[in-house]
Amino acid sequence: MSVNETPNGFTLDDSGRRVVVDPVTRIEGHMRCEVNVDEDNVIRNAVSTGTMWRGLEVILKGRDPRDAWAFTQRICGVCSGTHALTSVRAVEDALGIQIPENANSIRNIMQLTLQAHDHLVHFYHLHALDWVNPVNALKADPKATSALQKQVSPRHPKSSPGYFRDVQNRIKRFVESGQLGPFKNGYWSNPAYRLPPEADLMAVTHYLEALDFQKEIMKIRAILGGKDPHPNWLVGGVPCPINVDGTGSVGGLNMVNLNQISGIIDATRTFINDVYIPDLLAIAGIYKDWLYGGGISGMNVLSYGDIPDHANDYSAANLMMPRGAILDGNLKEVHEVDLRNPDEIQEQVPHSWYSYPDGVKGLHPWDGITEPDYQLGPNTKGSRTHIEQIDEHAKYSWIKAPRWRGHAMEVGPLARYVIGYAQGHEAITEQIDFVLKTLDVPVTALFSTLGRTAARGLEAQWAADQMRYFMDKLLANLKAGDSATANVDNWEQSTWPREAKGVGFTEAPRGALGHWLHIRDTKIANYQCVVPTTWNGSPRDAEGNIGAFEAALMNTKVERAEEPVEILRTLHSFDPCLACSTHVMSEDGEELTRVKVR
Amino acid sequence: MTESFYDVMRRQGITRRSFLKFCTLTASALGLGPAFVPRIAEAMETKPRIPVLWLHGLECTCCSESFIRSAHPLAKDVVLSMISLDYDDTLMASAGQQAEAIIEETIDKYKGNYIVAVEGNPPLNEDGMYCIVGGKPFVEQLRHASEHAKAIISWGSCASHGCVQAAHPNPTRATPVHKVITDKPIIKVPGCPPIAEVMTAVVTYILTFERFPELDRQGRPKMFYSQRIHDKCYRRPHFDAGQFVEHWDDDSARKGYCLYKMGCKGPTTYNACSTIRWNAGTSFPIQSGHGCIGCSEEGFWDKGSFYDRLTTINQFGIESNADRVGMTAAGVVGAATAAHLAVSAIKRAQHKGDEK
Repeated sequence: MSVNETPNGFTLDDSGRRVVVDPVTRIEGHMRCEVNVDEDNVIRNAVSTGTMWRGLEVILKGRDPRDAWAFTQRICGVCSGTHALTSVRAVEDALGIQIPENANSIRNIMQLTLQAHDHLVHFYHLHALDWVNPVNALKADPKATSALQKQVSPRHPKSSPGYFRDVQNRIKRFVESGQLGPFKNGYWSNPAYRLPPEADLMAVTHYLEALDFQKEIMKIRAILGGKDPHPNWLVGGVPCPINVDGTGSVGGLNMVNLNQISGIIDATRTFINDVYIPDLLAIAGIYKDWLYGGGISGMNVLSYGDIPDHANDYSAANLMMPRGAILDGNLKEVHEVDLRNPDEIQEQVPHSWYSYPDGVKGLHPWDGITEPDYQLGPNTKGSRTHIEQIDEHAKYSWIKAPRWRGHAMEVGPLARYVIGYAQGHEAITEQIDFVLKTLDVPVTALFSTLGRTAARGLEAQWAADQMRYFMDKLLANLKAGDSATANVDNWEQSTWPREAKGVGFTEAPRGALGHWLHIRDTKIANYQCVVPTTWNGSPRDAEGNIGAFEAALMNTKVERAEEPVEILRTLHSFDPCLACSTHVMSEDGEELTRVKVR
Repeated sequence: MTESFYDVMRRQGITRRSFLKFCTLTASALGLGPAFVPRIAEAMETKPRIPVLWLHGLECTCCSESFIRSAHPLAKDVVLSMISLDYDDTLMASAGQQAEAIIEETIDKYKGNYIVAVEGNPPLNEDGMYCIVGGKPFVEQLRHASEHAKAIISWGSCASHGCVQAAHPNPTRATPVHKVITDKPIIKVPGCPPIAEVMTAVVTYILTFERFPELDRQGRPKMFYSQRIHDKCYRRPHFDAGQFVEHWDDDSARKGYCLYKMGCKGPTTYNACSTIRWNAGTSFPIQSGHGCIGCSEEGFWDKGSFYDRLTTINQFGIESNADRVGMTAAGVVGAATAAHLAVSAIKRAQHKGDEK
């Protein structure tokens, strides 16, 4: 038992009761969380463990860099595509390839489509059950629910009392069947659930509507990339040619499917504006005094930026999604971020199941080393294949600890929105001010679990608007006579230098994502990804700084320690993606094939 | 009381006529004749929902994401009215011990009468601790849940073949499900991910007929995996006519010519993409200008670059395959594809010469 202060300002006290949540559900991949709660059920110590490792970048060694997008895309099927886009950008950076303007617009449409879809699905299908109680919805009066619906979103057509009665009856039969499926063993009697029955019924109804609607959004990516999840990408541009006029037009992107994309964009904007945002505000309004979960969001946030307005310009001024870093909560100063600078982004492993030759020093991703080293500390309870309680003073996670200039940083929609707000980004400022005013809360309310959830919704709304912007841009460019979608000047390996290195980045739905690679003799010599959940889910570092997940759980009061509703709320507000967060290879990555089996 | 799929549809104001129409569509989606419609209707009207434990190993969740894209039937209807999705870490409300308890409860209550659906696969190196669930190796959860299962569905290429984490050098020794569970019927639904409607059709088929669909020697449903993408590709006439895309975004690409020379693996890939297509029939990779990467084939990550022409891959003898099919249709029996491609290239070169 011990009490200690972390350099980033948290007091960790592991003397209270230990609560273990494993598996953490409604996330991508596998994670474990352990906390200590004091006698008042307040969290005084938090430990987050990434519980999977796939070794993808080891597998990339020796491959054709033009194939890397397909491998890295399989890092994650939820944020499908964002790794692929990051990968083609990294290869293009290494080889000096410029992509056509249309390819930039199409890539942006695909990336923004992902943002809109991913945030929507996260809110309704991964996060909503932390706030919404489907069992309580059975008590709702359908007429009152209809009135509520008309009040919070007058434009949404599905609002009749009969409609809500039908949904309620469906849930009723479902519950009465005794086969509760995904709702089984939920915490439905926990007082942490506070919505009135009508709001619960409205939200559950929209859970189902959103499940139906989300599949429509992704048809855009099926048109442009052939399928979704895991559409196709191309180094040098995009694989879908455009032919709106003349022989064989049906073989390319033509007027018919351009119209289809356009229609889906409009429907997406409508759904987000008329369903997602009103639900978000209605739910947040009721929980607005639940201000836990800020963690380090009010101190250190980081964004690489994304959505280049014009092709091939990755400077901050050309990126429509903001870029920068804020330290110590000083919103007056947004620092520039350089992914190539060896002193800025570094990964550490003292508490991760990897080993570095010299132990603790952080490494820039271009110099990254990954050698898995699964070992448990002396205070572990259980055995090495049956962990009952983890020892966080030793190695305890498959996630590394990335740091920016030595600081633990939060990434994701809230980080982007805080940076955008600090920079005076017009659309972001307008959205944030609207929400703060509607909910009648101060700007500090942003630094919370709900602030993270709200930023995600606002970003979905922004993303849907930009889909329209880039669709219009694409059409204008076609009208001006430019229909190019790929630059093949450097497609052939014979045109490549013997050695090259590059970096590509995007803002994935969950936050800043970077890929760093070396190419040697036309093959991948080294490939390294630092992903959003590596930042947010990072374990402690050499100095003892805790990561964003752990920090956000600190000092939260839980209603019932054995029912982890509050823990899930805060972890889900980050939208964890564990398959993404686990890692990498070294320049001489052969090391990794020697896996110790004890 | 247990409600049936039909009850639910009726309550939602769907007429019996519409219900039967749905059954007809289901029958045709499954490649069944009209004689099967009454059987599907009967199954939907009377059967309670079968418990499904959907486990996740090393994976990327693309299979779950694909599943929720299903248009016929909707994922919502599968989950609320067809199966009882008792455990699925991606969707379930509960977590930790309450989630773990569900597996035990399902085993006790439905011994021998539930389905285990597996997304991803277990790593066996490091005593299985490259994938930990509830403090223990995932492979233990998989073995435990499978022991009393009626059957197992291996979703996607991870569970069926190993997929990307099993690509060379497979550092975690990620292992497909059938190599760990050897005493249960297993149906493989490969693809990275599988097509949404193929996933829901497999479920619907099993519920309706209370048996597995007919499987091929590899354990895949014949109805979806018995023919090559190439056999049903709408660009096939261009292959037969020797009209190929030579470079990305060239004139031939814009006309929708064959992507064979750009590395398309359609001629060696068995899947339903060129017929059922993706995202409610919206498109499929070739239609959107990129070759097939062969994601439903075993070991597709280790068969050379996705942009290598199949003829350069010697080890799996596609040359004669693609040749025979292509040439027969073109009426040049006995010629090799390579020769055919050379001839068409010369013709084009001559043509270009004329233009100058």
